[in-house]
Amino acid sequence: MSEKNGNPVESLKVEEFVPAKAVEPPKSVDELTEEERARLKEVGIDLEAEDKLGLFIQADCGVVSCQCAPEGLELLPITEALKKYDWLREQYLWKAVPAEKDEFTKITAEDLDNGYFIRVFPGEKVIYPLQTCLYIRTDRVAQRVHNIVIVEEGAELHIITGCTTHPHVTSGLHIGVSEFYVKKDAKFTYTMIHEWGENVHVRPRTGIWVEEGGVVVSNYISLDKVGSIQAFPTCRLKGRGAVGQFNSIIAAPEKAHLDLGSRVILEAPETRAEIVSRTVCYGGEVIARGHLVGKAPEIKAHLECQGLMLTDKGYILAIPELEAHVANVDMSHEAAVGKIAREEIEYLMARGLNEEEATSLVVRGFLNVRIEGLPPELQEKIDQAIEESRKGM
Amino acid sequence: MAEIPMLQVKDLWVEVEGKEVLKGVNLTIPVGETHVLFGRNGSGKTSLLMTIMGFPQYRVRHGKILFKGEDITELPPYERAKKGIGIMFQRPPSIKGVKLKEMLELCARQNGYRIRELAQEFGFERFLEREVNLGFSGGELKKSELLQLLAQDPDLALIDEPESGVDMENIEVIGRMIRKLLQKDTHRPRQKSGLIITHTGFILKYVPADRGYVMLDGKIYCQGNPQEIFEGIQKHGYEECLKCLRRMETPLNL
Repeated sequence: MSEKNGNPVESLKVEEFVPAKAVEPPKSVDELTEEERARLKEVGIDLEAEDKLGLFIQADCGVVSCQCAPEGLELLPITEALKKYDWLREQYLWKAVPAEKDEFTKITAEDLDNGYFIRVFPGEKVIYPLQTCLYIRTDRVAQRVHNIVIVEEGAELHIITGCTTHPHVTSGLHIGVSEFYVKKDAKFTYTMIHEWGENVHVRPRTGIWVEEGGVVVSNYISLDKVGSIQAFPTCRLKGRGAVGQFNSIIAAPEKAHLDLGSRVILEAPETRAEIVSRTVCYGGEVIARGHLVGKAPEIKAHLECQGLMLTDKGYILAIPELEAHVANVDMSHEAAVGKIAREEIEYLMARGLNEEEATSLVVRGFLNVRIEGLPPELQEKIDQAIEESRKGM
Repeated sequence: MAEIPMLQVKDLWVEVEGKEVLKGVNLTIPVGETHVLFGRNGSGKTSLLMTIMGFPQYRVRHGKILFKGEDITELPPYERAKKGIGIMFQRPPSIKGVKLKEMLELCARQNGYRIRELAQEFGFERFLEREVNLGFSGGELKKSELLQLLAQDPDLALIDEPESGVDMENIEVIGRMIRKLLQKDTHRPRQKSGLIITHTGFILKYVPADRGYVMLDGKIYCQGNPQEIFEGIQKHGYEECLKCLRRMETPLNL
């Protein structure tokens, strides 16, 4: 992936990867080694935890865990769900993300490996976060995933998704199509922690529909080495008063190519949206996008895009976009890219921190976005991810 | 044998971005004493404090700084902090995303001070979860600074304009914090020393000091009883100090 005038130019060749189905997947989590378990733990998936209530793990093409303790929701591999429910194909599959969107959605539509289907029944509030994990276990594998989440009227769901690779995988391709449907007065928070390898390429394709009074909060965290990620989740706020909040916390080490951002289309009156992104560049290439589209009156939308350049290598290209189609809208953005303030470092040094400690504290603070209404377990996971990454900074 | 002083500044010449800000400063603070530096804005008071703390933009061209007898002129700020020098900034920056509690824990990491009790003592507990100095009022900034210093527990506290921007209600609390920091309410022998900058002198009402100086144009000219110096400045202004010096003709060599 590269960019030309801010437009992504795809250079990845799918044919160069091995289809996940050509590889024998593990049959259960018991086949995962200690090393692999430790790796999963880094992205918040703790196989030893006693209190996990719902866990979905897909390794390469195989679903190795799909268990769900809490009542009020259904969790299935998507391939099974599609066999079980005709309405799923008719009403939801490839609706929020068009199958013909690009080459990655096309090949996923042609031949799917697997993915998860989660449906929370009306009025059910599943407070404890459900864990899902998409895991590339074999070198050079291309994994094709399709997830569908339906949060029915008045229901609530929190998901934490950890995406990672086997510690010895040197390259791979992850294509993840996600379609999220948040119904009337429902609430859905989705926290995704990415920790891929240096030559792993990631192409998530996400579409979200939110109905009247519904709330969606999406948190995306990628602080580790990666080959390239190109993601631009698009959220349509379709019903009056719907709310969308998108937070990204990103670090770009050398050799990483990141093209990340979110788009929220405010289609109904009184909808609200906020996009917040924090990017730290250690020598990688980052395009930080944000696009707010106001199509109905009395909407309120804000975009905040902040970047920190820590070296003279790499770049940050911030592209905040506001697009208004009606008169009565309130839309704003702020974007800032800069270096660490010298006076903050010196302030901390006067308190006894050496320069390295001071810098890492300022960077961690910069990335530390407090997200309202997040269950404490999820905030903890985010804090942990930032704390972990501090070691590498 | 006389006790080694807490701080000795010897013929210190300092420049910032090519401009001379200190022009041969001499100063000695014995263990357990608090000294006060008077002077107009721009006379070099803050530059002296920043140089003692070791900020690199304050370039020492000549002279020495001795802390407990050891030459620290070349040490970076964090080494000086570890040796026991602490500074209260007049206008501290805010640190986004870092809670005051975390900051205090970092300050106290060498001495294991109990942060919450300390904050409670000065009615500052509800600020522990706030981001460091972010959106703090004048008085709150001072309290945040002093709490950090109390957690750090330095042997020499450099205090820059503790009363500026503080309302009358809060100045008493700030005085109490400085007294605790400098062991003013404990029985002698006192171990802590302080150097306080003030241009209004109001803080003297709350913190007793042992000695006062007047700083003018990068030099220390006058020393004596801090209360008397303060009263003189209040009555006649710094102009009179200048005249007095001209009469004496020789700058004091301390």
